Amino acid sequence: MGPLLRIATAGSVDDGKSTLIGRLLYDSKTIFTDQLAAVERTSRERGDDTPDLSLLTDGLRAEREQGITIDVAYRYFATPKRKFVVADTPGHLQYTRNMVTGASTADLALILVDARKGVLEQSRRHAFIASLLGIPHLVVCVNKMDLVGWSKERFDEIREDFRRFAMKLDVHDLSFVPMSALLGDNVVNRSTEMSWYEGSSLLHHLEEVHVASDQNLIDARFPVQYVIRPHQDFRGYAGTVSGGVLKPGDEVAVLPSGFTSTIKDIWGPGGEPVAEAFPPQAVTIELADHIDVSRGDLICRPGNRPHVGQDLDAMVCWFTEQSSLKPGTKFTVKHTSQQVKGTVRELDYRLDINTLHRDEGAETLSLNEIGRVRLQTQTPLLFDPYKRNRGTGSFILIDEATNNTVAAGMIIGPRAQTANVVWHAPAVTREQRATQGLTIWLTGLSGSGKSTVAVELERRLVASGRPAYLLDGDNLRHGLNADLGFSAADRSENVRRTGAVARLFADAGNIAIVSLISPYQADREEVRAAHEAAGLAFVEVFVDTPLEVCESRDPKGMYAKARAGEIRDFTGVDAPYEAPERAELVLRPSDGDPTALAAAVLAHLDR
Amino acid sequence: MTITYELSHLRALEAEAVHIFREVAATFEKPVLLFSGGKDSVVMLHLAAKAFWPAPLPFPVMHVDTGHNFDEVIDYRDVTVAKLGIRLVVSSVQDDIDAGRVVEETGAGASRNRLQTAALLRGITENGFTAAFGGARRDEEKARAKERVFSFRDQYGAWDPRNQRPELWNLYNGKHRKGEHIRVFPLSNWTELDIWQYIQDEEIALPSIYYAHRRAVVPRDGMLLAHTRFLELQEGEEPVEMLVRFRTVGDATCTGCVESDAVTPEQVVEEVASTRVTERGATRADDRISEAGMEDRKKEGYF
Repeated sequence: MGPLLRIATAGSVDDGKSTLIGRLLYDSKTIFTDQLAAVERTSRERGDDTPDLSLLTDGLRAEREQGITIDVAYRYFATPKRKFVVADTPGHLQYTRNMVTGASTADLALILVDARKGVLEQSRRHAFIASLLGIPHLVVCVNKMDLVGWSKERFDEIREDFRRFAMKLDVHDLSFVPMSALLGDNVVNRSTEMSWYEGSSLLHHLEEVHVASDQNLIDARFPVQYVIRPHQDFRGYAGTVSGGVLKPGDEVAVLPSGFTSTIKDIWGPGGEPVAEAFPPQAVTIELADHIDVSRGDLICRPGNRPHVGQDLDAMVCWFTEQSSLKPGTKFTVKHTSQQVKGTVRELDYRLDINTLHRDEGAETLSLNEIGRVRLQTQTPLLFDPYKRNRGTGSFILIDEATNNTVAAGMIIGPRAQTANVVWHAPAVTREQRATQGLTIWLTGLSGSGKSTVAVELERRLVASGRPAYLLDGDNLRHGLNADLGFSAADRSENVRRTGAVARLFADAGNIAIVSLISPYQADREEVRAAHEAAGLAFVEVFVDTPLEVCESRDPKGMYAKARAGEIRDFTGVDAPYEAPERAELVLRPSDGDPTALAAAVLAHLDR
Repeated sequence: MTITYELSHLRALEAEAVHIFREVAATFEKPVLLFSGGKDSVVMLHLAAKAFWPAPLPFPVMHVDTGHNFDEVIDYRDVTVAKLGIRLVVSSVQDDIDAGRVVEETGAGASRNRLQTAALLRGITENGFTAAFGGARRDEEKARAKERVFSFRDQYGAWDPRNQRPELWNLYNGKHRKGEHIRVFPLSNWTELDIWQYIQDEEIALPSIYYAHRRAVVPRDGMLLAHTRFLELQEGEEPVEMLVRFRTVGDATCTGCVESDAVTPEQVVEEVASTRVTERGATRADDRISEAGMEDRKKEGYF
């Protein structure tokens, strides 16, 4: 039995979206004969020659009458490899809220581009919403390729255009499929018309895309949803894991009280013992100690806690035409299993979702508008930034008079204390500097050879007259990062600071060479995004030396200590390493000695 | 080097449903689970029991009884309720007819399907239920494909499809005023095949009529209706005996069966996986009323 993939689609009938979904359902044999017969009958009654597959998804009478999609429709199909849930949403600006809704739980977004029209405002808007809602995978379907003569040049042009825009967004995995949904090319079956395309068909891509590692498995977060207490010998905390991995025997802290205890047992539904609980499992946890825990509390690891606060920054999308969002308005805030009163204090800016322009003079948000707000709550929330954790980073606002859900919120973080600090525009532009900088980021296990390669790289660059500077992880811990330990949170902070310094070096015209284990994908991606946002190149080099080799080298004797239990949270031994998914360069021991590896990096730069 | 933590699709659907049950139990004063003995409500009850283990179910179940039942289903209902030690509330269409609150349809194709709405709403009001779990799935029908997991009902029990609350992540908004209630659909994202695979996996017992058996049936409108004491034969109709099973179970006068020799959950899974007709299209006269048949009934307060 395969896993479940949740897909969000956005687009209008003009893009061929309904045809594409109809094609997926039809070619994967999911449309039933009576459904098809009903569609054919209705199309005939309307005087259409061909069956209108959009009738399959447009379920409400008003939609059929007006020939539009006004709501989110859920469609289901399956192949032997996977089950798919498609949240199909309309693409027009006036249905942004529906798109946001459909995108909130999606693993992957399908964005349609008409090959004749290229990347339009609407495609950019869809990509932005997908990135705002943190959808990890984006697939751009360049449709109607038959109408541009199956042209590779046209496809490449659209792809480059889209990529340039996506650089500004937080998109982790972006792929492109040229297709004709009408004729079926590259939807389920590979096209015979586009031999220049070496990728897979859309369905094949959907079957194969790797989503298991999209979950945050680092930060253990368990919002207590319900207390199960049938008799005095059993007190279980029921809830859904929204981050990390929890095991019996783990030391845990309960927030907001801060009491610590140990997990005694974890039970699945029906009382099945669970050895490791991970998202999105629904489990019941028993603790070793009798401490007071109730709905709204959160169980986490003592060394890795969420933010606890009442004052936070968030992006919100406004959902109703009956009112608009104004600073000073009170709401019921629903966040994890907490429900509290809250007030939107400030509207920092309204975002034009077509141009990404920030209107800082805006005073309200109307239906479908998105902006950044400051939210204050009556009691503290236990939260993470949405980018780090969708479960603990999301909330909804409920209108106290109508009980309607009026906004969706994505937490950016605790209210920045830098609100009164302004950014001074420099008088020197980057082009005016003598050299143009960039960052080379070497990541890998301890003992993988990162530092040796980095030292050689710095030597060669400087020898050839190019300004380069090595930021070595160990060395930074003597100064800038001297206050940090090795917990997951400290490692993240270590990467954040080092990334910020590298960016300054690069901005100043240097080649910043970073040698840092930097074990978490999300942290490295944030550094990458910060570089991309500043228009600086970021070259991620994965020094992919197998654990056994690193351990046999053990230059600092750390593996021996970790194996002996003398040090904890050592990457590769009892702390995870997440390999990069899209490193610009991967170096393996078989590629040669450190000199050869450094040469490979140089060669990459020159290309 | 990253370890893979991934749930199978059935475990993911189970986790989603369990989350919903717990959320309702934690935030509603008086929930009830609508239980007909049909396979979806059986799976729903099974999931609910699992969600609160080792505690008993924290809410009762309600059967909206049309009076036109299959005996096997009523027997199953009573045995299950007794086994789980839960309270059963019955709201009966016959009571409404006897009291003159509704008028029974007459003529060919008459059914008590539509009358269920009155009995359902009366059961909810009389007992003061604030949330009612239903076993509806989005793959069943296109109006249902758009319904929320937490679906708001006004004081008349009516559904307004154009004015539904946006539903994001797993943050469900169940706020309502006195007299209003919320219908909750924990199986929203399940398909017919998921239900059967889960029945097979969890070895859930079902009323016997879900498996192949010999029965006298009456072919009508391309369907096979069971020849029961409730079905009036029309002119020229002649019951024939066939090997059949039911894909859905509702009012005995409008639920059709299909020819089948599937006698185990495995065989049903195989049959469902290869079928090319939706379960409602094949077997429910009530859904054939019009293109918007379901949407119209739902607006009135139907399941």
